[in-house]
Amino acid sequence: MSTVTNTEIILNGIPASPGIAVGPAYVYSKHVPKVQQREIAPHDVQSEIERLRAAVARSEKELRKILAFTEEKIGRTSALIFEAQIMILNDAVLMQEIERRIRDELRNAEFIVFDEFGKYSRRMLGSADAYIQERAHDVDDVMHRIIRNIQDQKLFSKLEGESIIVSEYLTPADTVIFSRNQILGYATDLGGLTSHAALLSRSLNIPAVLGIRTATKFITTGDRLAIDGYAGAVIVHPTDETLDRLMQKAKRLKEFDKKLEGIAGLPAETLDHRRIELSANLEFETELDFALRQGSQGIGLYRTEGLLMGRTTFPSEEEQAAEYMRIAEVMFPHPVMFRTFDIGGDKFSPEPLNEENPFLGWRGIRVSLDKPEMFLDQLRAILRASARKNVRVFFPMVSKVSEVRRAKEFVERAKADLTARGVPFDPKIPVGVMIEVPAAAVIAEEIAREVDFLSIGTNDLIQYMLAVDRGNNLVAPLYQEFNPAVIRTIKSIIDAGHKHGKWVGMCGEMAGNPVATMLLVGLGLDEFSVAPNILPEIKKIIRSIKYKDAKKLAERVLSLSTEYEIKNYLASVLKATLPDIPLADLETSTAP
Amino acid sequence: MTEVTVTIRNRQGMHTRPAAELVKTAARFRSDFTICKDGMEINGKSIIGVMMLAAEQGSQLTLRFNGEDEEEAKKAVVELFERGFGEPS
Repeated sequence: MSTVTNTEIILNGIPASPGIAVGPAYVYSKHVPKVQQREIAPHDVQSEIERLRAAVARSEKELRKILAFTEEKIGRTSALIFEAQIMILNDAVLMQEIERRIRDELRNAEFIVFDEFGKYSRRMLGSADAYIQERAHDVDDVMHRIIRNIQDQKLFSKLEGESIIVSEYLTPADTVIFSRNQILGYATDLGGLTSHAALLSRSLNIPAVLGIRTATKFITTGDRLAIDGYAGAVIVHPTDETLDRLMQKAKRLKEFDKKLEGIAGLPAETLDHRRIELSANLEFETELDFALRQGSQGIGLYRTEGLLMGRTTFPSEEEQAAEYMRIAEVMFPHPVMFRTFDIGGDKFSPEPLNEENPFLGWRGIRVSLDKPEMFLDQLRAILRASARKNVRVFFPMVSKVSEVRRAKEFVERAKADLTARGVPFDPKIPVGVMIEVPAAAVIAEEIAREVDFLSIGTNDLIQYMLAVDRGNNLVAPLYQEFNPAVIRTIKSIIDAGHKHGKWVGMCGEMAGNPVATMLLVGLGLDEFSVAPNILPEIKKIIRSIKYKDAKKLAERVLSLSTEYEIKNYLASVLKATLPDIPLADLETSTAP
Repeated sequence: MTEVTVTIRNRQGMHTRPAAELVKTAARFRSDFTICKDGMEINGKSIIGVMMLAAEQGSQLTLRFNGEDEEEAKKAVVELFERGFGEPS
């Protein structure tokens, strides 16, 4: 057993807030307080109501503290979340109703609180409006706070000294409260719902890796952890060697970050003037500000499934159009690439699915083509955002040409609908395909003929090509971005696009790996879409190299036959070009 | 009892800030205040209720006031809707 627990394990997630930290884990189980229904005697009603009132008062006191802290440390806008929660606590109508029910029904306070709040939050969650759904989480937070206070449970009694918080998810309040303790970092299973937490952790300057999926499964309180918010990795039981490397990396990164200041306004252009389109991957509208501050000159992947979080029905055309239009407007004149819903697989699914192997199942374009109404709603919404001609649309999980043709027919139908309604849109909206299924890579030429651009989705492409599930620790080291088969496939996709005069981009994680940048430029990649936090670094590399040299480097790489050779070669050239660059990929990877 | 139908004018609809203003205004009066939207009825003095209505721009609400100062309450509340809660439309 001891040998198993002491083995170094690397868990990968979304790099949500940069920084490196090492410390003990505190696993914060976000389990909703258990609420049991109890009958109370008539003579206990008064004391039950006193308990409730005391709990509400304590809850308000807690929230006021969080509010004051947030206002001071983060700003007014973030503080509004907590003001809304205080208003709910002060809702006299709601509280009177709860007290009335305790009296009339002779049941315990926490049960009535749970039941009464639940009525509202369920209704809000079912709303078609994303804003109202967010408010449902606020209502739940307030409810949990009151119940916890009625039960007189201390929240963080076990939290002593510095620690890295590991949780299934964090609410904004959790993020803020923890930050008042000695918090070194955050690691969570879920990344989507907690985008507020991501923004807050960045404002608070606390490293965070979200969306790890298995963090709470692999980590127990007290485990020694290293968190790398740059690479999006959490290392459990790190070896001395790993720690050493991370500490050096932290030091170098701080120095490097200083050098990146001021680069945001400059173009991503090589020394010999090859212009690269460098844009950001986004899932939530709230991330836009950060992406722009990082110097993003477009959104190369907008994951529209962010809109589906926590809901049971698909958003209407109206609702989607409102969000897409806002994003296109903020980014104008820079392009925004909307990827149609990539649901199924491990992501949101509209219906309960019992797929034995969801990654090989009903997802992406397959779902969209099977649900014409949903697909048309989304396409019309995207088209409506395209009136100023800075919007592109592309499809995930395509594996054959007929899917592309059918999807294009839907685009034409959506256009006809809008024309009939007299709604403006870009009749020449660029349409593309995400190349992430090996079959699509093989027939990339045929696909390129059908569309305006290709975007390589490396995460799925590599996982399908190499038959490796990255989330499976038994085989995770076999997931290799620099496997020669992967590199040659990327080359052939880029060549296929160019042969038909179509540009080729990349929106997988590989596009944001500094070790890969020179190679990808050399292979002729036209567009890189990366996580916003890594964007300045990638731009710095592009601005430090010559396209001419990158092409030579790519040729050399194509002649190498192992991932180990390729990676070492690329890292050594990068080191020689930019001696102080932090090499995240090499440092967190295991032996060849 | 007095009743009136209003339309939400501000672009962002009945989000937290206007909801708070509405509830605060209604609380100044003794009359009962009910809001109806699409067959749902809520107490207009409850912020959680108003938030749940999810009233977006253009939606129509029926406001019902009942009590000794119902006319004054109606006047004050309707005025809020007419000026779109001071937000852009």
